[in-house]
Amino acid sequence: MKKQLLLMVFGCIVGLSVVHAQENAGLKLPAGFKAHLFAENIGQARHIAITQSGVIFAKLNYPNKDGKSIIRLEDKDKDGVADNITGWANYGGTGIYVRGDNLYASSDDAVYQYKLDAKDEVLNASAPNTIIKGLLSRRQHASKSITLDPKGNIYVNIGAYSNACQEKDRTPGSKGMMPCPILDSAGGVWKFDGLKTNQTYVDGKRYATGLRNVIGLDWNTTSNSLFVTQHGRDQLNSFFPALYTNEQNAELPGETMYEVKEGDDCGWPYIYYDPMQKKKIISPEYGGDGKKEGGNNVLDPIVAFPAHMAPMSLLFYKGDQFPAKYKDGAFIAFHGSWNRAPLPQEGYFVAFIPFKGGKPSGDWEIFANGFSGLPADTKVVNPRNAKARPCGLAESADGALYVSDDSKGAIFKITFNK
Amino acid sequence: MRKKLFMCLLLLVGVYFAQAQNGIIGEKVYKTKCLVCHQADGGGVPNLNAPLDGATNVVGSDIARLVKIIRYGYNERVALDGYYYSNAMPANPALTSTEIAAVLSYIRNSWSNKAPSVTLAQVQKLLKKK
Repeated sequence: MKKQLLLMVFGCIVGLSVVHAQENAGLKLPAGFKAHLFAENIGQARHIAITQSGVIFAKLNYPNKDGKSIIRLEDKDKDGVADNITGWANYGGTGIYVRGDNLYASSDDAVYQYKLDAKDEVLNASAPNTIIKGLLSRRQHASKSITLDPKGNIYVNIGAYSNACQEKDRTPGSKGMMPCPILDSAGGVWKFDGLKTNQTYVDGKRYATGLRNVIGLDWNTTSNSLFVTQHGRDQLNSFFPALYTNEQNAELPGETMYEVKEGDDCGWPYIYYDPMQKKKIISPEYGGDGKKEGGNNVLDPIVAFPAHMAPMSLLFYKGDQFPAKYKDGAFIAFHGSWNRAPLPQEGYFVAFIPFKGGKPSGDWEIFANGFSGLPADTKVVNPRNAKARPCGLAESADGALYVSDDSKGAIFKITFNK
Repeated sequence: MRKKLFMCLLLLVGVYFAQAQNGIIGEKVYKTKCLVCHQADGGGVPNLNAPLDGATNVVGSDIARLVKIIRYGYNERVALDGYYYSNAMPANPALTSTEIAAVLSYIRNSWSNKAPSVTLAQVQKLLKKK
C-alpha cells in the first residue's frame, strides 16, 4: 500500500515536470513571449520561407522517407499547428525564399524557381525554372543560402571548400596557399538576376569575397544593403598547439556579421577576427602568431559573437507584433558549436541585436534558448545530444517568428501577447 | 605444478596489464587526435564529422580500411548509415603502429561499441603491405 502511494506521488511529480518542461515547447523566452511546436519531425529542416497567407516552405538537407525535400506546411484550421503537410523535390539543400508567387529553392549546386498559385500550392513541382546552375559544391561548406534585394537580384553564398585554404585541408603543418585559389569561384557571395534562367558563373558577379562560409544572409531595407553572418575557421589549437590552447581555440575566432557592399572583402583566409583583442589577426597558416594584425583593406565585422556557434540564419524583423525594441532588429539562429571541444559547446539558441537606422544600436542578447532540451544552464557537450538545433527563421505577415530545427525537424512558432 | 600455475598467473597478469596499458594509450591518442572532431561521446557532428559510436564501418571487420583512414586520412565524402559527412580527415603520419592499434581498439570498445580489438601485428602487417 505504502509502495503504491509512493509510486503515485512519484508518477505525479514526473508527470508535472514533463508538463512543465513542455511549457513554451521547452524554450526560454523574454517575458510576454510564448512558443509552441508548429510541426515536428519533418526531417533536417534548414531554411524556411513563409507566404503572405502563412504557408511555410521548409528546405530539407536530405529528402525525407517519402523522397521529398521541399516541405509545404499549412495551418488550415488556424490553431497554430500545421495540419496539412505535403512536399515535393528530391534534392537536398539549404536555401529557400519566397517573394510573391515565386518560390526559390537551392540544391548544393543550383537554384530553382517554382510558381505558386493563389492558394500557395506549387504549380510546377516537377518542372521548375533553373535560375542558376553549375555552382561549386565540393562537400565542405557546400550549402547555398539565398536572399533577394528589392530590385529582384538574388544573392547566393558559395562557401569555401576548405577550413583555412591550406595546401592540404585540415592538416597540421600544411601552409596557407598564397593567393588562395579558392576565392575566384567560392568563399564569397555572388549576385545573379532573380528571374533569368540557366545562369552560370559567367552571368553572375562576385559581390563580396573573403567569406569562408555564409549561411545566414538578409537584405536590410533601411540601410538598403546586404548583411551576412560568417562561420569562422576551426581548429587553431589542433594545428598550432604552440600558439593556441584549447581554451583559446574555444573563444577564437569570433563568429562575425558584416554589412557588405559590392566589391567588399572580409579577409578569409588571410586573417580572422579576435573578439577579445577586437582586432583582425593574421591566420597562423599565413605566418600569424596570434598577435600580428593584418587585413588593413578588409572589412571589420559589424558584430562579433563567441566562436564556433554557427550562425545559420539572419532575419531583420519588420513586424509590429513584438515590442518596439525588436522592430528592424536582427534575429540570428545559432545551431550550435562542435569545435569548442573538449570544452562545453555554445550556441543552440536564437540571438537578437537591436538596430536603428540600419546599424546595431545595442549589444546582442539571447532571445530564445533551450532548444537543446537539456536542463536550464546545462551546456551541450556533444552536438548529437541537442534535441533541436535552431537553423531557419521566417516572419509571418502578422509578425510571428518561426524557427526551424535541422536536427530532427521541429518548427517552433514564437508569438507575443500584449 | 605450482611453478606452472605461477607462470600461468604471471602471464594472465601480464596480459591484463598489457591490455590496460593499451587502453591508456588508446584513450590518450583519442583525446589528443580524434576527440575534437569525433567528440567525447564518439557521436561526431551531424553532416560534418562522421560518428564512430554505433557506426557499422567502425565496428565492422574491414580493419584494413580503418587502419588506412587513420594513417593516410580520408578526403572524400563519407557515406555512412544513410547520412553524409563533409569534413576532411587528416593523415596521421606520426602515429606508431602501437598507437594505431591502441586507438582503434579503444574506439571499437568505447561507448556502445563492442568489437574485437585490433592487434599490433595486424596493423604492422597492413601498413607493410601498402
